[in-house]
Amino acid sequence: MPELLQFLFSGVTVGAVYALVALGFTIIYNASDVVNFAQGEFVMLGGMLTFVCHAAGLPLPLAALIAIAATSAIGVLMNKLAIEPARGAPVVSLIIITIGASIFIRGGAQLLFGKQIHSFPAFSGDTPLRIGGATILPQSLWVIGGAVVVFIGLWLFFTRTLTGRAVLATSNNRLAAQLVGINTNFVMTLSFALSAGIGALAGVLVTPITLTSYDVGLALALKGFAAAMLGGMGNPKGALAGGIMLGLLESLTAGYLSSQYKDAAAFVVILLVLFFMPQGLFGQKSVDRV
Amino acid sequence: MQKTLTTTALATLLALGATAASAEIRIGASLSATGPAAFLGDPEAKTLEMLVEQINEKGGINGEEVALTLYDDGGDPNKARTFATRLIEDDEVVAIIGGSTTGTSMSILSVAEDNEIPFISLAGAIEIIDPVKPFTFKTPHTDRMACQKIFEDMQKQGITKIGMISGTDGFGASMQAQCKEVVGEYGIEVLADETYNPTDADMTTQLTKIRNTEGVQAVLNPGFGQGPSIVTRNYRQLAIDLPLYQSHGVASDGFIELAGAEAAEGVRLPGTALLIADQLPADDPQKPVVDAYKAAFEEKTGTAVGTFGGYAHDAFLILTDAITRAGSAEPQAIRDAIEQTSGLAGTTGVYTMSPENHLGLDLSAFRMLEIKGGEWAVVE
Repeated sequence: MPELLQFLFSGVTVGAVYALVALGFTIIYNASDVVNFAQGEFVMLGGMLTFVCHAAGLPLPLAALIAIAATSAIGVLMNKLAIEPARGAPVVSLIIITIGASIFIRGGAQLLFGKQIHSFPAFSGDTPLRIGGATILPQSLWVIGGAVVVFIGLWLFFTRTLTGRAVLATSNNRLAAQLVGINTNFVMTLSFALSAGIGALAGVLVTPITLTSYDVGLALALKGFAAAMLGGMGNPKGALAGGIMLGLLESLTAGYLSSQYKDAAAFVVILLVLFFMPQGLFGQKSVDRV
Repeated sequence: MQKTLTTTALATLLALGATAASAEIRIGASLSATGPAAFLGDPEAKTLEMLVEQINEKGGINGEEVALTLYDDGGDPNKARTFATRLIEDDEVVAIIGGSTTGTSMSILSVAEDNEIPFISLAGAIEIIDPVKPFTFKTPHTDRMACQKIFEDMQKQGITKIGMISGTDGFGASMQAQCKEVVGEYGIEVLADETYNPTDADMTTQLTKIRNTEGVQAVLNPGFGQGPSIVTRNYRQLAIDLPLYQSHGVASDGFIELAGAEAAEGVRLPGTALLIADQLPADDPQKPVVDAYKAAFEEKTGTAVGTFGGYAHDAFLILTDAITRAGSAEPQAIRDAIEQTSGLAGTTGVYTMSPENHLGLDLSAFRMLEIKGGEWAVVE
C-alpha cells in the first residue's frame, strides 16, 4: 500500500510539472490556433533567469518576479519580431516559426548562460513530508498548487472577463473580431505575454525539482504538448487533467510493469485516446457553420 | 598599375614564404563542443585552446609553434568523419585529438587509420582500443574499469546483492551494459535493474521498487547530467538506508552542489586525482600536473575543472611528450613515440603505453571517493 501511494505521489509530482507546461500552451492556442513550440523555452528562461538573479544576490521571490517579467517581455518581442510580420500566413507556417524561435532562444541561452546545469533552493526546504508510509517533497506541493492556481486563473479569464472572450473571439474569426471593435493586435501581444509569463512561472516552480540547463525546454515542451493533446488543446481543464494523467501513467507503468516501457506505455495510451476522441478528453469539436 | 600588381604579387609571395619558413606543428581536433555531448566537448575544447596558447608562449615544441585547428562536430558521427577528412586533406595536420563521444571517435578512427595519422580519442568505450589499431590511442579509462573499481569496493564491504538504476542516455546505457558484463567476476548479483530518462523529474518510483526488492544491499547509478543528482535527492527523500554508488560521469564538484551536500553525504564514486587536487600528498606523481591544470583552467574559464577536460589535457600532454621525444613532427614518428610513452603523469592517471596497450592506464588511476560534509574524501 505505501508502495502504491509512493507511485501516485511520484506520478502527481511529475504530472503537475507537465500540467503547468501544458497550461502555458492554451492562451496562444486560443488566440491564434498556433501551438507555440517555444513554450518549453519560456519554462527554461523562467528557471534560468531566476537562478542568475538569485546567484547575483537577489532574494528568491524578487528573482522569480524579475524572471517572469523578463520572460513575458521576451514573449512580446517574439510576437512582434517573428509572428506579427508573418500575419496572414497559414497556421502551420506560424507553428514552424515558433520552432525557429525556440531554437534561437535555446542557442542564445547557451551562449549567455553556458551549458552547466543549475538549480536554486526549494521554497520550503527539502525535508520530505511523510504520509501513510510514502514521502513527497514540499516543492511538489508548490508545483501542484501552482498548477491549480494557474488553472483557476485561466478558467476565470476565459469565461468571466471581456478580455478573455476577446481572445477567444480573435481565434474564432479575426476579421469579425476586428469588426466588433476588438484590437486583435493587442490580443496577440497580450496572449504571448501571458503564455510566456505562465511558462516562466512553471520554470520557477519546477526548477528545484527538475534542475535546469539551456536545453531542458525541448523535453518539457514535448511532454507538455502531449499532455495538452491528451486533455484537449486549448482547454485549461484538459491541460491540467492531461498533465496529471500523463504523469500517473508513466509512474504506474514504471512501478508495476517496467521503467523501460514507461514512455512507450504513456504514448500508446495517448494514441488510443486520440484515435477514439481526436479532440482529446475535454476538447470541443470545432463546428463550421456554413 | 602594372607596378602595383607586381608589388602586390611579390608581397603575397613573401608572406606565403614567411609562413612556410617559420615551421609549425599542425594539430587537429574534432570535439562535440555543442549538442547533446556538449558537457564533454565544451571543457575539452576550452582545455585544448588554453594548452596550445600556453605552449606557444613558452616557445612551442622543439622550437616550433603549435597550430590547432578545432572543429565542432556537435556529437554527430557523420560530421566527425567529414571533419577528420578535412583535417587530414585540407589542414594537413600531423595528429588528431578528439572524438568526445564513442560514436564520433569510431568515425574519426577509420579515417585516421586509413591515412596513417595518429589519433588520440577522448571517449570511454573499450572498442576504440580493443583490438589495438596501430594509429589509435585514448586517454579516458573505460566504463568497464569504472564498474570494476566500484565492484572491488563493494566486494571489500561484503556486498553481494545490488540494485541498479541507470540513465537511458548513451553514457548510462553503455556503463549499465559493461557493469552487467563484469559483475559476475566479483560474485555480485544484480537483483533489480531499473532505468530512467535523462530528462525525468522524479525517480522515486524506480527507487521504491529497488528498495522493496528483497535482499538488495547497495544501489549503483550509472549516468551523467541532472539524472544522478535527482536520483541522489530522491534516495534521501525515501530515506533508503543502503550505500549509494555513482559513476565517474558525475565526478565533479557540480554534482555535490546540485544534489545538495546533505543528500550527497556518503555517496561513493570512482574519480580521478583532479577532484582531490588539494588532498594529494606532496610526493604523488600526479600532483604537479593536476595542480597546474586546475589553477590554469579555473583562472581562464571561471568554472571548476572536471574529469572530461582532464581527458583532453592528457591527450595533448601525451602528444607533446611524444613529439618532443621523437624530435620530429612526422605522423609515423609521432605514432611510434606515443606507443613508447612511459610513466607519464597526467590528470587522469599515469600513462604507460605499449604495442598491446593503447590506453596505458590501469585500475589504480581511479580513486574511490566518498562525499563527506560536502567535500570529496579518499576511501582507503
